[in-house]
Amino acid sequence: MAASSFSSSTASPRVVVVGNGMVGHHLVEQLINEKTNWHITVIGAEPRPAYDRVHLSDVFAGREPSELALTTREFYVNAGVEAIFGDAVASIDRDARKVVTEGGREFAYDKLVLATGSYPFVPPVPGSDNKLCFVYRTIDDLGSIKAAAATAKKGVVVGGGLLGLEAANALRNLGLETHVVEFAPQLMGVQVDPEGSAILKKKIEALGLTAHLGKNTQKIIAGEHHALAMHFVDGEILETDMIVFSAGVRPDDKLARAAELKIGERGGIVVDYHCRTSDESIYAVGECALWGGRIFGLVAPGYQMAKVAASQLAGGDLLFQGADMSTKLKLLGVDVGSIGDSHARSEGALSYRVIDEPNGIYKKIVVSKDGKHLLGAVLVGDNGIYDTLLQYMLNKIELPKQPLALIAPSGGEVPVLGADALPDTATICSCHNVSKGAICCKIEEGFVSLGDIKAETKASTGCGGCSALLKNVVDAELKKRGVAVNNYLCEHFKHSRQEIFHLVRVNKIKTFDELLKKHGSGGGCEICKPTAASIFASIDNEYVLEKAHVGLQDTNDTFLANMQKDGTYSIVPRIAAGEITPQKLIVLGQVAEKYKLYTKITGGQRIDLFGARVNQLPLIWKELIDAGFETGHAYGKSVRTVKSCVGSTWCRYGQQDSVSMAIAIEDRYKGLRSPHKLKFAVSGCTRECAEAQSKDIGVIATDKGWNLYVCGNGGMRPRHADLFATDLDDETLVKYIDRVLMFYVRTADRLQRTSVWLENLEGGLDYLKQVVIDDSLGIGAELETQMAHLVSTYQCEWKTTIEDAEKVKRFREFVNADVPDANVVFVEERGQIRPATTVEKRELIATD
Amino acid sequence: MNEWVSVCRIDDLVAGSGVCALFNGQQVAIFYLPGEAQPIYAIDNFDPIGAANVLSRGIIGDVQGQRVIASPLYKEHFSFTTGRCLEKPEYAVRVWPVRIEGGSVQLQQPAALNLESAA
Repeated sequence: MAASSFSSSTASPRVVVVGNGMVGHHLVEQLINEKTNWHITVIGAEPRPAYDRVHLSDVFAGREPSELALTTREFYVNAGVEAIFGDAVASIDRDARKVVTEGGREFAYDKLVLATGSYPFVPPVPGSDNKLCFVYRTIDDLGSIKAAAATAKKGVVVGGGLLGLEAANALRNLGLETHVVEFAPQLMGVQVDPEGSAILKKKIEALGLTAHLGKNTQKIIAGEHHALAMHFVDGEILETDMIVFSAGVRPDDKLARAAELKIGERGGIVVDYHCRTSDESIYAVGECALWGGRIFGLVAPGYQMAKVAASQLAGGDLLFQGADMSTKLKLLGVDVGSIGDSHARSEGALSYRVIDEPNGIYKKIVVSKDGKHLLGAVLVGDNGIYDTLLQYMLNKIELPKQPLALIAPSGGEVPVLGADALPDTATICSCHNVSKGAICCKIEEGFVSLGDIKAETKASTGCGGCSALLKNVVDAELKKRGVAVNNYLCEHFKHSRQEIFHLVRVNKIKTFDELLKKHGSGGGCEICKPTAASIFASIDNEYVLEKAHVGLQDTNDTFLANMQKDGTYSIVPRIAAGEITPQKLIVLGQVAEKYKLYTKITGGQRIDLFGARVNQLPLIWKELIDAGFETGHAYGKSVRTVKSCVGSTWCRYGQQDSVSMAIAIEDRYKGLRSPHKLKFAVSGCTRECAEAQSKDIGVIATDKGWNLYVCGNGGMRPRHADLFATDLDDETLVKYIDRVLMFYVRTADRLQRTSVWLENLEGGLDYLKQVVIDDSLGIGAELETQMAHLVSTYQCEWKTTIEDAEKVKRFREFVNADVPDANVVFVEERGQIRPATTVEKRELIATD
Repeated sequence: MNEWVSVCRIDDLVAGSGVCALFNGQQVAIFYLPGEAQPIYAIDNFDPIGAANVLSRGIIGDVQGQRVIASPLYKEHFSFTTGRCLEKPEYAVRVWPVRIEGGSVQLQQPAALNLESAA
């Protein structure tokens, strides 16, 4: 039966999902992917669609709450899902099979899924309902905390567990003197043992936080020096301006309780292997569900439950059989890892420990009685071995004879587990439950790049913790299949673009023929030729239509214009920063009118003139150059535009003169040939009207200077740029951009945008910062010198071209006739030309 | 009918690249590779996939020893010697007999394309 359109009168069975947190959303996604005929309704209590709660504290580190969004209202609409936000479900009527919201709306169901999650536990301490006491769970909570922190100097987090330390990090990022109060005698008691906790405490106290352990809060009353005073049972008093409770969560099972579903003794909706509750029409998934007497308070098992429930609804037979609760995270910059039986509670378990107090490192492994298998581990201060240990445990791989070697300080041989040693069942990405076998399948299907594998399997797109492991697996598998794990440019060069760049630079190679003879084979092709041309341009910056280079260029570079579908070209003169005088605007209009060109405003604040024939290009450019225009390099893999907003000159909100900065940057980098096109923007204030955070290089004014963002992208694969450095002065800003760009030009693959380049750069953003800011490779000055050379040798390619009659000869449509191409036919639309369609062309040519 | 006709001079050609000549109203792409065993090739200028006269403006390549042009529109390769599209063999262009004779570039009218083309 064909899926009917979205309408309540259809016969589709109805599933209602209560809760639109991470797990609730994942379930809906799974259902959509299963392409069932279920009519899906999802009801969320919060006023916004699902967001990434795991990274909530990033908001305090500068991320916008909107960036945490996992989905949009449009996504649901387009998928035919009925989505309700900000109206919580108030009750379930199991007999009538319907739910009723607080707003009084009713939704009938055939199957119901509860994904109500959990709520923060606030200890029943008198005074904990004070308006300066907060919980840390939702984006709205963050808003309240942020608002209160604005006038606070000191803050306390109650709870020294994982979430408590996350919250403490948040308060610290808000600039508060931060204290952590924990009832237990140690931090992170669930994941870490007492020795590890002691190291962790030292580390976070070195960061300026204070941990108060074994403290039982008796009451919270008004303080003398701060708004609040916490009185502990031992008589001590801690004053503070605000308190955040983060002492654990409790399953939100009140709907299920009221509906008399079976509930665990200590809370949680009891579910079976199918994630089904005691009512077989009702499922529960995520943190509200109790399976085998356990609550799984991590997102990965929640996603697994969502998959199981979706599979059940789609008639599949996936089962939930528990989940590994190992975790790896960076808390306050400190690595913490916990694997399996971290407390060595299994019978006969033995442990090995390494304590390195000076460096704040603690490592423990727990092994089976016979010493053959790893049961658990605790890591503090260094998670380097986490992935390896986790694989040993999950796949029951036999340990080396000396298990201690796994965690012994380096110097000895560290037996890192190779990807080959992993069985196909090994889970590589636990967030999306991707096994090594699934990755191998995709490689078999022909997906051989890391990026493709990520896109296909979703591996490493959750927390990202498995990215290094994923790369190892992909490389090893490719090698095994004899797919040379190489980044050879093409069949003519057994080198990557980066290597060729190096060869050209070091050996001062000037022509393609020389390069091919010394380092390649065959005759070259449309891949290596333009790449070589680009490299020559990035190093020597010769005129691109020099005799030796002319055959290397893509048609756009050969004719210094952008070829369109009918073989005509478009022309984009440079309009630096989008600033243009009325006189120049008039010239553009006059030229367009004279040559009957179609005109359109580009996304980069320029004007594109379409429909020029090859032989018209030099004529048009002669007029443009006479009027003071220069080439815009829209045709090249090179710097395109620097978009700007109007900035402090005109705007009421502007912090700096963004237009002047944008012009300066565009003037500096115009003509720079690079592995792919480059787009920049400068915004005059944090309102970000120039959309700099979607650019390769984005600059945003602050009251103190400029914030630099790098490696963003719009287009096909949008990527939010990363904040690279803050409050820079003009000089440092340019220095950093010089270095970032030149490093990219040197090391990126062909046609690799900065966004993908950064994602593939080993060490990522931190590494790039080290290279550029700390000059860790010692090449900073060299990069700047190279850029300075390019800046000083800039030429307008069109000016050079029209001044040389020999070069203009290249722009003949036919070498033996001066007639237009009869196959280029235009028709009029909205007062301008456009290429005729095939049908139109046939008719027009027939009637001519 | 099979006589050689001069269409241009050798210095109208661009080394390592292509130009376009008109031959009885037909557009011919002529490629020049000085120094090679066969230094000159000619094929139709019309790209049957992109449906535009652009092949003379592509990049000359070599695919496992076979001399080809990569169309500037969608980058399919057409063989200089057979005219066949390597990626979509249901497409082909005509190969024109071409020679350099005393500084002149000469073409011969080829046979009509014997191919069931989807376009």
